[in-house]
Amino acid sequence: MADQTMAYADGDPHHVRGALEHSGPASKRIVTGYGFWIFILSDMVMFSAFFATYAVLLGQTAGGPRGGQLFDLPNVAIETGFLLASSFTCGLATIAADARNKFWFQIAMTVTCLLGLAFLTIEGREFASLVARGAGPTRSAFLSAFFTLVGCHGLHVSGGILWLLTMMAQVFAKGFRADIQRRILCFALFWHALDIIWIAVFTVVYLLGSAA
Amino acid sequence: MLGKLNWSAIPIDQPIPMITSAVVALAILGILAWVVVKGHMPYLWEEWITSVDHKRIGVMYILLAAVMLLRGFADAIMMRGQQAVAFHSQGYLPPEHFNQIFSAHGTIMIFFVAMPFVIGLMNLVVPLQLGVRDVAFPTLNSVGFWLTATGALLVNISLVIGEFARTGWLPYPPLSELTYSPGVGVDYYLWSLEISGVGTLVAGINLVTTVLKLRTRGMTLLRMPMFCWTTLASNLLIVAAFPILTATLAMLILDRYFGFHFFTNEAGGNMMMFMNLIWAWGHPEVYILILPAFGVFSEVVSTFSGKPLFGYRSMVLATMAICVISFMVWLHHFFTMGAGPDVNAIFGIASMIIAVPTGVKIYNWLFTMYGGRVRFATPMLWSIGFMVTFIIGGLTGVLVAVPPADFLLHNSLFLVAHFHNVIIGGVLFGAFAGYTYWFPKAFGFRLHEGFGKAAFWFWLIGFYVAFMPLYAVGMLGMTRRMQHYDVPEWRPWLMLAAFGAVLILIGIVFQILQLVVSIRHRDELCDRTGDPWHGRSLEWATASPPPVFNFAIPPDVRGEGAYWAMKTHAQRQDLEKHEPEYEDIEMPRNSPTGFVCAFFATVMGFALIWHIWWMVAAGLVGAFATFVAFAWRDHDEYVIPAAEVARIDRANLAERRALLGAAGSS
Repeated sequence: MADQTMAYADGDPHHVRGALEHSGPASKRIVTGYGFWIFILSDMVMFSAFFATYAVLLGQTAGGPRGGQLFDLPNVAIETGFLLASSFTCGLATIAADARNKFWFQIAMTVTCLLGLAFLTIEGREFASLVARGAGPTRSAFLSAFFTLVGCHGLHVSGGILWLLTMMAQVFAKGFRADIQRRILCFALFWHALDIIWIAVFTVVYLLGSAA
Repeated sequence: MLGKLNWSAIPIDQPIPMITSAVVALAILGILAWVVVKGHMPYLWEEWITSVDHKRIGVMYILLAAVMLLRGFADAIMMRGQQAVAFHSQGYLPPEHFNQIFSAHGTIMIFFVAMPFVIGLMNLVVPLQLGVRDVAFPTLNSVGFWLTATGALLVNISLVIGEFARTGWLPYPPLSELTYSPGVGVDYYLWSLEISGVGTLVAGINLVTTVLKLRTRGMTLLRMPMFCWTTLASNLLIVAAFPILTATLAMLILDRYFGFHFFTNEAGGNMMMFMNLIWAWGHPEVYILILPAFGVFSEVVSTFSGKPLFGYRSMVLATMAICVISFMVWLHHFFTMGAGPDVNAIFGIASMIIAVPTGVKIYNWLFTMYGGRVRFATPMLWSIGFMVTFIIGGLTGVLVAVPPADFLLHNSLFLVAHFHNVIIGGVLFGAFAGYTYWFPKAFGFRLHEGFGKAAFWFWLIGFYVAFMPLYAVGMLGMTRRMQHYDVPEWRPWLMLAAFGAVLILIGIVFQILQLVVSIRHRDELCDRTGDPWHGRSLEWATASPPPVFNFAIPPDVRGEGAYWAMKTHAQRQDLEKHEPEYEDIEMPRNSPTGFVCAFFATVMGFALIWHIWWMVAAGLVGAFATFVAFAWRDHDEYVIPAAEVARIDRANLAERRALLGAAGSS
């Protein structure tokens, strides 16, 4: 009896032996990038909760202003331009890091930082003008959802700039070490992901919101 | 200067929290004093608090869960006591205190008992089962644990400074809005869960990456032990669901702190949106907890039946099916919202469908036992107790998934009985089975069987005596969370339930005794081979406790039941004849990052609760500085030389050879 049980276990009851072989743990760069991708996906789930909330509350203006009366689309288009351009320069920084060129890396990161700051400035001015017009986040559920969704993206960009400056300092102090290269990879993923989310913000919040 | 904080925050007039916290504070001070006087502090700091070893972190998670289980159970027995005596009277707990107790009980049991227990087991076991040296991100793992501990600490601080939420374990608005809950109780709830939620998310990302990217050579997905599959499913759910919780609680925070209108009565707020959002996290959360328990049962049933798991592939399929469907049933938590018959019918049917893969699992476990030589060790008892209990809980679950029935049972004690039936009978029994099963792996000696069996029987019988009456009293119309009542028919059931809670208390006492006795008799209970149960998967292929690097040589997996195959097949000869070629091993260095980070998170959380804004800023700056300091270090790994690896491994191989020799001659 015991021998039979063992023989059964010894075999390959589900015939998977011929299936894809697995060669072992992935490299650190792949593991880090993969883990960070999963974080980005979870971040996007968080944003999707705010998007869903915005969609639900879009019409709940409590007698206050609607999206179409508040949004200045040309202004938002310029804002979008700055952010997309910063993604491009961030890509240049990645190329410079791959080429281990400190000079161009720092230049590209500086430009990325300035474009990000320009984006934040425009967003900050938009928020300030809305509050000044009595359309702050406490005015209505619609505006609560608007400020939270767009503000959450803005907070991410602010955190990204803090990270960007840290990476510049790290490369300046330590050069392109393997672990710093991995962090640059993660930072780039983060920055591009914020772009993707902004595309959704631009479409759902500003374009569809203006129509509502 | 100190925001809303002043001396009136300390409830000096309430004896229960004051005496409890005094006792706890004395106990903590006593333990600290003992540690310092005995000179254990450097050991504690270097080997545990700053450890990035997944096994140590796993043990600390489980320790946190065990301590918080005592706190949560204290709340439970107080509630049962109150309802047993509060017939035509106020009982001994004033309403505002009773409300805090049931809120704290639920919050603690889910977030700080069940979650850390299953995450601890996954942390401890999964890298070993996959044949790897650590999780994907060891330091992040430590950060995750300490942030969870921060959340638990904040909940406990609320006992002495201020108050806890009175809103139930999910703070439904508008009750949880500032208008109706002006105190700091809800803020304690919100910030402790926001902080520990980050910790949970980090653990989830870590374990998903570990399972998908770090498996040892030859460990294809369909050769993974079942526990690794359920870990994968559970952590995928964490990654996909916890951000929703974070977002939802953030909205409530914005409502409370800045006057936003997400869930308020006025200005267009929509409180039912909170129910939808919170349960879009909350229902997957149920499966985040139960799936790892299913994995534990799969391992235990297969090991103690001496057979491979029956229907392995159907088990994988069932696990992943549950993973997906769990996101499609959330509305059954509020059929009474009034979404209409069509919506309710769809969610009711989806809720019944999710019982199908669960049923598949039950049959697989039964068929695994069928024809096997079942050994009734303590982990197996928990598993069989689970199967019986969980089926009852599942059936009552299908019952409340029928919308018309749910309209009658909604928010009654029938519901309370149902979810305790699945959480105690499923998650907790699974956690205890895993605790007994893997304890020898973590510490090198077994737990005492006699006390373990006694604990099991008191828990099992105590559970039935405590919760079956709640089904009955729910049918009699008693709603949940009642501080007092005047219906005479309810009283006998509630007295019986209180008696059941006492039986569970005896079970817990036996568990504590089991631990104490086992530690005292650790020489007799010692397991030198690393394989005390005749196990099948790779965690049993290394010593107990495993060396810091887990495996001297990364295992090469050739099929399912990797270690069973090694034991019984050609590799037995390898083990006896060949000395492997050892190489230097690089391991991550320990780091205080997690602990320091959690310190700043605690400061920040406390400051946010009490509106002490300068302290919030200080906490933020501190946390950022910690990360920069961590990022700046130059040496993040250390090398264990090949000779040292060989010395450690040879000792274990010698023990194993002795075991194989003994087995061969008998």
